[in-house]
Amino acid sequence: MRTNATLPTAGIIAILLILALGAGCTGTAPGGNETPTATTTPAGGGNVLRIATTTSLENTGLLAELERVYENETGMDLQFIAQGTGQSIDSGRRGDVDLVLVHAPDLEQQFVDDGFGIDPRCIAYNYFIIVGPESDPAGIANMTPVEAFKTIYLAGTNNTPGVIFVSRGDNSGTHNQEKVLWEQAGYDYDTEILDTGGWYVEAGKGMGDTLILANEQQAYTLSDEGTYLSFADRLTLVPVIAEGAELLNRYSAIAVNPEEHPGVNAEGAAEFINWLTTNETKEMIGNFGAEEFGKPLFTPLYAPECAEPPFNCTCTGEVTG
Amino acid sequence: MVNENPIIEGFIEAIELIVTLDPQVVEITIRSLYVSLTATFFAALIALPLGALIYFYEFRGKHAVVSTLQTLYALPTVIVGLLMFLLLSNIGPFGFLRLLYTPGGMIVTQTILIIPLLMGLTVSALSGIDRDKRYTITALGASRLQTIMTIIAEARFAVMAGVLLGFGRAIAEVGTVMIVGGNIRGATRVLTTAIALNTSMANYSLSIALGIILLAVALGVNITLSLVQRR
Repeated sequence: MRTNATLPTAGIIAILLILALGAGCTGTAPGGNETPTATTTPAGGGNVLRIATTTSLENTGLLAELERVYENETGMDLQFIAQGTGQSIDSGRRGDVDLVLVHAPDLEQQFVDDGFGIDPRCIAYNYFIIVGPESDPAGIANMTPVEAFKTIYLAGTNNTPGVIFVSRGDNSGTHNQEKVLWEQAGYDYDTEILDTGGWYVEAGKGMGDTLILANEQQAYTLSDEGTYLSFADRLTLVPVIAEGAELLNRYSAIAVNPEEHPGVNAEGAAEFINWLTTNETKEMIGNFGAEEFGKPLFTPLYAPECAEPPFNCTCTGEVTG
Repeated sequence: MVNENPIIEGFIEAIELIVTLDPQVVEITIRSLYVSLTATFFAALIALPLGALIYFYEFRGKHAVVSTLQTLYALPTVIVGLLMFLLLSNIGPFGFLRLLYTPGGMIVTQTILIIPLLMGLTVSALSGIDRDKRYTITALGASRLQTIMTIIAEARFAVMAGVLLGFGRAIAEVGTVMIVGGNIRGATRVLTTAIALNTSMANYSLSIALGIILLAVALGVNITLSLVQRR
């Protein structure tokens, strides 16, 4: 008797459910397809170029400026996803983006060597700086970057009051540069720096966040010059060390290889790279921030200078995608 | 060097941004509403019949299902985000849909996020009616189908309250939209991710303005909720 009553009911509910699911499916599909026409097209669509990039570029406002100019000139919809260099290159490996705009030469080289990245072009550079409290509790002023890292390590592990180092801790380009400096100072990053006490703080955040965190804690941190300058009016931290060849910070654009990921917008990526390497664009990058921050945030790279040490990269030549 | 009082200054600028209908603020607000409303709509379409099915249909392990649903109310948004990111990424099983870093992907993800909540609350809403009314209805000679329809009609305000709660959860969360949407300016940036980004860029006034709007939406949902419950 019970089954007699429940079966039709179950049937009705099941039909309702299937209808709902059907509506859900057919509804969701247009949801996904219709939005592209409104705002976005998935990577591979002709009008959208997805660029995974670093927080240090996004935080300076340069990307917004490039986007505005490029979109006006070409009608291409540039979509920047700010992730940090490590994650950006990973997005490129997966083919989730068409292009990466990053700053970690070692990771870039590997990306290209593995066949996922093509047509690398270096665009501009500035310097990393070691910023810290004006009182300089570790006493590193006037040292070379490597000496300074040694001194911070020794002071930090000795629990010298006020000596804290804030790391990006997010596998970004800046974080990679920091690891290189620890290694040049003679320490193994994984065993001798990580988890060695309260002096070493891992923020796990973008450059701007990390600067704000370091400012709150009155700590030392490694920053790119551009982000520091664009944040300087909100910080009491000062650049303690701003010179040294080890602190070179070079930005490159690399297209994702369409042979690995056929869906990517290779043509759009090539066009954007060619646009980035034009003299007009480089001039624009070279002037960016001069008015607002008192000095330009980036120095564009020109041939033949870019092919020589310390840059050792390609900065001209049309790419075809 | 440091701004004199970022909080007060931020508030004043925030009010200005809202009052003058700053295009960026308006655009982000509309996108946030669009994504979360659409997600709530699809989630309701799927979850309400499923919830009713669970309530009306006796089966083995029903308690376990309801408990699981209730546990999933608290499903951490970043976990849903991570899962959907892996599924929707180009190398994932649904990569061919190309939904990663699109509003469509955000809608699908938020839909999945709030389905357990809507299903569970539908079951609770129907349970809340039950017993006495059910007996009365049956005693009055209603068929099984009529009983079900009457109970659903009686529970509609409670169900609606559940849907509003689901919408509140969707619009206020930052985990999935950050991971799946990618916070792309002009494409996938919504209220919560814009607040996170602008705070990290020390644009406190824009953050405060967006925060006020987000709070206003939450307040609106709450007011609607209490109106619905009062009926």
